[in-house]
Amino acid sequence: MRWHARSAALAIALAALAVGCGSPGGDSDDTADQADQEAAKTVEKPDVAAAGDVTLTVWDQEVRGGQAAQIKQLNKAFEAQYPNVTIKRVAKSREDLDKTLKLAVSGARAPDVVQANQGRPVMGTLVKGGLLAPLDPYAEAYGWEDRYSQLLLDLNKFSSNGSEFGGGNLYGLSQVGEIVGVFYNKGKVSEPPATLDEFEQSLVEAKDEGDIPIQFGNLDKWPGIHEYETVLGRTAPKDAVRDFVFAREGASFSTPEFEAAAEKLQGWADEGFFTPDFNGTGYDPAWQQFAKGKGRYLIAGTWLVADLAEQMGEDVGFMLLPGTEAGAEPVALGGEGLPFAVTSESENPDVAAAYIDFITNGEAATVLAETGNLPAMPVDASAIPEGLPSEVFEVWGALAEADGLIPYLDYATPTFYDEISAAVQELLAGKQQPAAFASGVQDAYATFTESQ
Amino acid sequence: MIPSSAAASPRGVGGPAPGDEVASGGTRAHARPPGEPRRVGYLYLLPAFAVFGAFVLAPLAHSFWLSLWEWDGITPGTWVGLDNYADVVSDPALRRAFLHALVLIGFYALLPVAIGLLLAGLLARVRVRGLALFRTILFLPQVIAMVVVAVMWRMIYDPQNGALNELLRAVGLGSLAQSWLGDFDRALPSVGLIGTWVMYGLAMVLLTAGVQKIPPSLYDAARVDGAGIVREFFAVTLPALRGEIAVALTLTTIAALRNFDLVYITTKGGPGDATSVPAFQVYSRAFESGQVGSASAIGLTLTAIIFAFSFAINRIAERGGSR
Repeated sequence: MRWHARSAALAIALAALAVGCGSPGGDSDDTADQADQEAAKTVEKPDVAAAGDVTLTVWDQEVRGGQAAQIKQLNKAFEAQYPNVTIKRVAKSREDLDKTLKLAVSGARAPDVVQANQGRPVMGTLVKGGLLAPLDPYAEAYGWEDRYSQLLLDLNKFSSNGSEFGGGNLYGLSQVGEIVGVFYNKGKVSEPPATLDEFEQSLVEAKDEGDIPIQFGNLDKWPGIHEYETVLGRTAPKDAVRDFVFAREGASFSTPEFEAAAEKLQGWADEGFFTPDFNGTGYDPAWQQFAKGKGRYLIAGTWLVADLAEQMGEDVGFMLLPGTEAGAEPVALGGEGLPFAVTSESENPDVAAAYIDFITNGEAATVLAETGNLPAMPVDASAIPEGLPSEVFEVWGALAEADGLIPYLDYATPTFYDEISAAVQELLAGKQQPAAFASGVQDAYATFTESQ
Repeated sequence: MIPSSAAASPRGVGGPAPGDEVASGGTRAHARPPGEPRRVGYLYLLPAFAVFGAFVLAPLAHSFWLSLWEWDGITPGTWVGLDNYADVVSDPALRRAFLHALVLIGFYALLPVAIGLLLAGLLARVRVRGLALFRTILFLPQVIAMVVVAVMWRMIYDPQNGALNELLRAVGLGSLAQSWLGDFDRALPSVGLIGTWVMYGLAMVLLTAGVQKIPPSLYDAARVDGAGIVREFFAVTLPALRGEIAVALTLTTIAALRNFDLVYITTKGGPGDATSVPAFQVYSRAFESGQVGSASAIGLTLTAIIFAFSFAINRIAERGGSR
């Protein structure tokens, strides 16, 4: 009995201890104002050489192949140019970084520069918490606005309280561009189809030959988003998609255009245009099959360029999903790599900004191109390797000219990735009809926008 | 915990320990019942308790505190009281996740224990040569890291080139080949069967070890009375294994309920949310979508359910055990 009394007392004491922690997250009411003041300042180009001995801690996820090569090369060059700066690099895989970033940045010894993924789930939350420093003064000093297209800048922008996405202060810069397009097997497709009808015709042909028209593995849940949005780019005006992702006034998922994309994609699944049992096939096995010559098309991102070029050589080409009319303006899902941002806790924001400038300037673009990446900023075309990379680079140029990129849907709300990826799986398995799909996704989205 | 074990150990010895007599000086006023520990005994508990408190109780209390807030992990939270717990009950998606966990108990706990019992029953009857080797091989799945198991089974289940479908086609059962992890109805059982494969080795080792300590005289008596193999199993083997069954069920049920790694690596809760389980929701909400309060509430609810299950299993086993 006495024991019970004691343990009860102990539990109460522990609870009191926990309660003593106060409201989780603490108080940050005036950080937004502070950020706006910071953003409005004007600065000179920082003089890094005069900054004294500085250790710059950088958290990045540039760990694969060409990505790792470029960042190592650029870090070395930066240290060589400024011997007073030591870069302490913490490299993590993408998933690892996303999961540990919030804790690291809000901790006592925050890194100086971090790669914080675009959109509300990561960058938006960090901005809301006042943990990232606005870079607008540096953007002006270095002329960053001229380095990127408007959309690429917008994707890294938030209002200082984190409520508005796609406008406000600039919080980061990305190194590489990304396009989700259509890879095709040149041995099977001699002339890339010029219209959507021709493309579908080609899918029918492939199926009749007993080949897989579009290699697709959706077990990992996220590839379905890319499939859906690639089609969406052809059924909906690009501004409707952008407005939706940036949660602008009047944006909605439940429109005839968004529904039409769902209908088309479900139709493709019903026709058997995708890998059989795609919901049970992994992403990697699917593109590896394509690389081995099985399948006519593969809808995937430019992150596969290096692997596909190596395995398929001359046999692989890159195009965008054609429009209903021949010669329609190019549109594609895409954007840019994870942006490098400066934390508010950084003791050397000037050096951090100079570092970000250094890894995104013209010379960096050349390094990126030479290491097999697709630079997000203008680059001398001669630096691009022949073959698939140069085809991709051409498409990137055309997209930039036509302002044809539409951003990833999962940037839209903190929980949108889960909602849309599960919904697309259900749509493609015929568990949801296009109208129910569109309205279901809209409901989840509205829960967020109404809470803002 | 301590009072009961302290009371149990000196019972047969009788009378206080010599040290006690010195301390109490033999006077009635300071005498305590035999076996009642001295106050100083609690001091010995302190180091272990401090560790337990710092790494289990305090985080538990803190999780409870967090579960009362709507919090994204960074910005100030909003007090919501017990709303997060109400969501666990009312949100159909979360209810489904808990339901999936209950289904998995069938695959992680009941099926492996049934297989283990079957093997144990057979071993009680015949003495197998090279039993140790046999046991080691069957126990192997337990030894492999769960992540490796999951990656391996993802390959085995691959619809186009996976070993399972290839095997089915090779033996002429191609019509049974299917999308194991991609079908909405089959994904959960497919994940569950991986659990069965991992867990049955554990159940079997526990149960066959238990069988070996049953006195052969009981079997002899049963046989003299004319019991067949089935009767023998129910009259001798099963009652004698009650303790082992309880241990096996407790361990495997806990594994079923807190199952995360298998789901995370094989299906990410998909297709749709067909394989979503509470532990996966905790991870996804706390680390991906910034719903720390809700994640805490789910985690604590899961803890309560696990506690209730292990308590019930042991209660049932004990009650039947006091022959």
